[in-house]
Amino acid sequence: IFDEVYYGQYISFYMKRIFFLDGSGPPFGHMLLALGGYLGGFDGNFLWNRIGAEYSSNVPVWSLRLLPALTGALLVPMAYQILLELGFSHCAATGAALLILIENALITQARLMLLESVLIFFNLLAVLSYLKFANSQKQRPFSLRWWFWLTLTGMACSCAVGVKYVGVFTYLLVLAVAGVHAWHLIGDRTLSHVRVLCHLLARAAALLVVPALMYLLFFYVHLTLVCRSGPHDQIMSSAFQASLEGGLARITQGQPLEVAYGSQVTLKNVFGKPVPCWLHSHQSTYPMIYENGRGSSHQQQVTCYPFKDVNNWWIVKDPGRHPLVVSNPPRPVRHGDIVQLVHGMTTRFLNTHDVAAPLSPHSQEVSCYVDYNISMPSQNLWRLDIVNRESDTEVWKTILSEVRLVHVNTSAVLKLSGAHLPDWGFRQLEVVGEKLSRGYHESMVWNVEEHRYGKSQEQKERELELHSPAQMDVSRNLSFMARFLELQWRMLTVKSDDSEHKYSSSPLDWVTLDTSIAYWLHPRTSAQIHLLGNIVIWASAGLATAVYALLFFWYLLRRRRCIRDLPEGCWLRWVLAGALCAGGWAVNYLPFFLMEKTLFLYHYLPALTFQILLLPVVLQHVADHLCRSPLLRSVFGSLVVAWYSCACHVFNTLRPLTYGDRSLSPGELRALRWKDTWDILIRKY
Amino acid sequence: MLCATSRLLAARTATALPAQPRGRGPGARCRRRELHFPGHPEVPLGEFLAGRLARSSVSASRRAILRRGRMPPAVGGGPAGSELRPRRGRCGPQVTRAVGPDVAAEPAARSPKRPARGSRRFEAAGRWALLALVTLLSFATRFHRLDEPPHICWDETHFGKMGSYYINRTFFFDVHPPLGKMLIGLAGYLSGYDGTFLFQKPGDKYEHHNYMGMRGFCAFLGSLLVPFAYLTVLELSRSLPAALLSAALLTFDTGCLTLSQYILLDPILMFFIMAAMLSMVKYNSCADRPFSAPWWFWLSLTGINLAGALGVKFVGLFIILQVGWNTISDLWHLFGDLSLSVVTVGKHLTARVLCLIVLPLTLYTATYAVHFMVLNKSGPGDGFFSSAFQARLSGNNLHNASIPEHLAYGSVITVKKLRMAIGYLHSHRHLYPEGIGARQQQVTTYLHKDYNNLWIIKKHNTNADPLDPSFPVEFVRHGDIIRLEHKETSRNLHSHYHEAPLTRKHYQVTGYGINGTGDSNDFWRIEVVNRKFGNRIKVLRSRIRLIHLVTGCVLGSSGKVLPKWGWEQLEVTCTPYLKETLNSIWNVEDHINPKLPNISLDVLHPTFPEILLESHMVMIRGNNGLKPKDNEFTSKPWHWPINYQGLRFSGINDTDFRVYLLGNPVVWWLNLLSIVLYVLLGSIIAIAVQRGAHLPAEVEGLSQVLLQGGGQLLLGWMLHYFPFFLMGRILYFHHYFPAMLFSSMLTGILWDTVLQLCAWSLASPFLARGMYAAGLLSLLLGTAYSFYLFHPLAYGMVGPLAQDPRSPMAGLRWLESWDF
Repeated sequence: IFDEVYYGQYISFYMKRIFFLDGSGPPFGHMLLALGGYLGGFDGNFLWNRIGAEYSSNVPVWSLRLLPALTGALLVPMAYQILLELGFSHCAATGAALLILIENALITQARLMLLESVLIFFNLLAVLSYLKFANSQKQRPFSLRWWFWLTLTGMACSCAVGVKYVGVFTYLLVLAVAGVHAWHLIGDRTLSHVRVLCHLLARAAALLVVPALMYLLFFYVHLTLVCRSGPHDQIMSSAFQASLEGGLARITQGQPLEVAYGSQVTLKNVFGKPVPCWLHSHQSTYPMIYENGRGSSHQQQVTCYPFKDVNNWWIVKDPGRHPLVVSNPPRPVRHGDIVQLVHGMTTRFLNTHDVAAPLSPHSQEVSCYVDYNISMPSQNLWRLDIVNRESDTEVWKTILSEVRLVHVNTSAVLKLSGAHLPDWGFRQLEVVGEKLSRGYHESMVWNVEEHRYGKSQEQKERELELHSPAQMDVSRNLSFMARFLELQWRMLTVKSDDSEHKYSSSPLDWVTLDTSIAYWLHPRTSAQIHLLGNIVIWASAGLATAVYALLFFWYLLRRRRCIRDLPEGCWLRWVLAGALCAGGWAVNYLPFFLMEKTLFLYHYLPALTFQILLLPVVLQHVADHLCRSPLLRSVFGSLVVAWYSCACHVFNTLRPLTYGDRSLSPGELRALRWKDTWDILIRKY
Repeated sequence: MLCATSRLLAARTATALPAQPRGRGPGARCRRRELHFPGHPEVPLGEFLAGRLARSSVSASRRAILRRGRMPPAVGGGPAGSELRPRRGRCGPQVTRAVGPDVAAEPAARSPKRPARGSRRFEAAGRWALLALVTLLSFATRFHRLDEPPHICWDETHFGKMGSYYINRTFFFDVHPPLGKMLIGLAGYLSGYDGTFLFQKPGDKYEHHNYMGMRGFCAFLGSLLVPFAYLTVLELSRSLPAALLSAALLTFDTGCLTLSQYILLDPILMFFIMAAMLSMVKYNSCADRPFSAPWWFWLSLTGINLAGALGVKFVGLFIILQVGWNTISDLWHLFGDLSLSVVTVGKHLTARVLCLIVLPLTLYTATYAVHFMVLNKSGPGDGFFSSAFQARLSGNNLHNASIPEHLAYGSVITVKKLRMAIGYLHSHRHLYPEGIGARQQQVTTYLHKDYNNLWIIKKHNTNADPLDPSFPVEFVRHGDIIRLEHKETSRNLHSHYHEAPLTRKHYQVTGYGINGTGDSNDFWRIEVVNRKFGNRIKVLRSRIRLIHLVTGCVLGSSGKVLPKWGWEQLEVTCTPYLKETLNSIWNVEDHINPKLPNISLDVLHPTFPEILLESHMVMIRGNNGLKPKDNEFTSKPWHWPINYQGLRFSGINDTDFRVYLLGNPVVWWLNLLSIVLYVLLGSIIAIAVQRGAHLPAEVEGLSQVLLQGGGQLLLGWMLHYFPFFLMGRILYFHHYFPAMLFSSMLTGILWDTVLQLCAWSLASPFLARGMYAAGLLSLLLGTAYSFYLFHPLAYGMVGPLAQDPRSPMAGLRWLESWDF
């Protein structure tokens, strides 16, 4: 069903322990889902390719969906607890719990193998444990209970961030509230300096250090679990790929570490955008005249090729010596050395000169030199510049060293321009020589991926050697931190190209529930599951936020003029409830306006949960403070009951779409389509 | 000179502790020994400055205290009485701020221990002399070798060109609001530039064209930054050395200097930002005399400058935020002051709304009115705007054209994409190649006017010629089912379930049928956005969508360029996603129907608010369109404060005249250090205060200046810097300069405070004085010397590049990334 397809494939990867990369969130959420699969005995053999496909018998659907359902169910008691801890009555707390209970969208989301309900669970857990902690602060600081809730806050925050990045907003909110409380603590003159310091340190440890460690732990577990190479390897650097089982590691295992004169290497571009590729050359030459009338050198093309190929092999040659084989003992190449690069299959030298490149006329053309005897001498000397060197005499190392090749005559740097050559260049990527003075860029940096010492002097034998797979003998491993940093960086920078979806929506549609998502349609009948909220609750939650904001500003202005409508304790409670509930709504909602990725209605659910918590707060406040006479109060009470039964009725009406348990006639479906923008699927018979 | 610094501190003590102002003031003055310097005939500069300033402020603040004592407690709000009433509810620092220079210059007649009249006059003269000196130095550095190089440098090619457009009255499009370019054009016009220079590319020689007027104008505004910074810091810190230091930092910064010397928007923008900041600070210090003439003057000046800043670049929004924040907190204080009646607070609010919202908006709109009035000839910017807009421009083919107003069956039309730079719906006698959907006739969009853009509207069910005179005219209405026949090839606009050539999720759109006879896949429903059924469809005005009847998809264009087989025109698709986006909205531009009466397009002239709205939409879209590509060298915001990389203004090779925009590294790194130091010092003080530590009176006074004045500047720096991290558009180094102005001013205040604190902590007064003066002098001389070292960057250099050890600049290439 819907995004289960998406999460399902990652669970399969976990089960098969294949490495993957998901730009949408850290691995903790996927791991939790996979845990369900593991316990249910799922072997990972299912093709998650089509929404609506029947699960085969080996998929333990029940246990896969257990965890989200469990967390979704726990939201109800937690809502109750939060309101109690905020200092509101049992009545209000029950109200909040009942509202969460009949919210259709939360139910739909929790019943499926999706991560939103897990995220909301951790969000609420963070808020709840922080409140418990803040309340025990008044009674017995540094007690066991105090420590427990404090640490739990930190852990819940890191879990929320670990499930999805948007969890970071709740984390920031909790940090902000904790910061304000700490600031009051600093101002508390009854405490000694040492004690204040202890308080601050404890908070810093629990709310900053613990989450950071937990977050690292997630990645550690993730990287230990997924240790085999898989379809996403290409995005990662060579060093990272070499650390996975299978794939590149099988090739690079046992390669010599130090590149020497005579080494045969493939050079991979470090930047790897638009696609990861290797320095490549082939028999074809640049066309004499381009389409736009500019001329070229008509020498052999040098490109960047995104597939493994025998033409990706280059030989490192010492300009002063003739042989193309490694001497014994090998003479390693060091930073600053001048080298020539010889293309393995054609034995031509890598060359650049003051001719405009085919697609980037401001840069130099790079070619393999063909001597046409037209007084254009070859300029094939390159200076090796190891970017991540530790000392100035460092040796060029396979995989580990990131190098720039600086042309000696023109001080141009070998660079991947990112443009695709036209048909004459077989749509491969253009490689150019860019002036060194233009600054540093990752697209100028290359690393050796495959490497072996050349043995054969004769061209024919060498070709044979190039075609044969490499076989060698040292292995290397990356440290966990290096792998973590790289993985994290790639996760944050990987771009999803697909920007359009039938059910995508804009944040403005969410508040008014102007959009819906069809999750599933029964293959034969018209039973279907939709992500649709309980519209009464959505509307009144939105209204409650507005009422809260108005009342808050009204009270604030009156207090400024020293008119105290509320007793101090009541006012503080009102502010704290607003800061957490209305604030939680705002931080989980407003940032989406700045995001450029494809957005769906379910992104709004965390914000909605906080908004629902605000609803009973406002109701109780109105009942307690604004309804002065008992008559008014009882009228208000009956109105609330009527409103709640109305919400129940809506819940009941929408239930078939939430559970998808029974087939509806087209007439019934049409009757359920309350808004034109709801995409309810009606079969044509 | 006697007792001077201690009096400054006393004054601050008095103001910082409003609870007992009268008791503490004089007492503290005598108690504090540490900075009580004995008279000395030859005082070093630093102490001389500090002393002079201190005296002026002590008298002033005492005056405020005295007045507070004299005034009866205010109850309620008679408007007449409110004018001179002191603001009792506000805490100490505001009273300190409240002391303007005009007050200070006035002889403090009520002061019991007033200094001699002559020395006061001498002081005032000194202040003015210093201001004059600073201004002179600034003008001298900015105008020195202004005429070099005599060719176009960097973005002069854009802004100079746009200045010429104003002189030639040619319409153009730019992503920035018009005021800056209008001023450049005006300066050129007044200085006798005739607008004939083409400004084609950087490096072109100006030859006989008069470019000095425009450069001089920019340099003039750029020079004013320094005195503005001087006055702002003086107002915020009440310390002459701090002001002098800030002014020196800006004068001797090669970056500010370079940026001020060319025809660019930045000097104009920075001028307005600094002017707004200065007038805001000035009006804050008039706060003790609300609704007085100077108060009104500075308040409205703030509004005018805000309009100017926003009118030059949208970056001006940040200074608006700063002024807005300041105003809100100001109003919040007023509101909390129970001695002011609600009516008075309401008057305060109204005054600010008038001067800071209504006035700037009016002025901003007025610049656009002038812009559209001046530019009335068709030019290179036409294509960016809608058809209705183009009808205004003389020389455009839509100008004074007359076409039928409502769409009818049989009309020959062109259909234009509403989104800019997409063009007209187009088809031609070429088929989609093998393997790409069905082999039917291509449909594309094309940017230029062409016969192949013409389509005929027909009813879906008859093929009869609707232009037959025997038929009555029948208008096309919203919701009608139509067929669009391509006029040249007689094929129908057609779509079907084949994937589009480039956007795989959309359907292919083709031309199909012979002589107008096709199939049911040629039927489209025409809808007007936001209209009800049955309405007629207006030429130019109506925004229409074409919905394919069979598949239910919407005709749109992805904006992607087709390969060579499609003649590099843009792809047209039918998108199954029904969300309303600009990609699927079209309008009818040309309209030929002999049976209908023509109306002049003047009727369709958009109103001014519509033009204003449209040009803003186009500008915002243009700004968002400036996205960096992969593999391109872009400047990142974190590069800027560390002066990581400069911008080459002119020249590349060693024989060229090279100008390189790079901040003076000494100044910039000092600024960076100061921000860190400021945050540290500020938080230490804030925590100490929150813990209830009793600070010594001197420290308390200094820390107030640091937190209040410095806080405003830090806020300015943050507002002008951090938003760039969120921006998706392409960024350049020079975007940092407004923020750099604020950070230089912060540096001035910070080091003055730090030196005073150090001096205070020393026991011996002699040592203290010496160290203060030495610190200040070394900072001033250090920046001046570094300017001497780096001045070739700004004034231009010829000779070998800095990588070359023979170059005079060789030793100055402190970072690998600098390439001058």
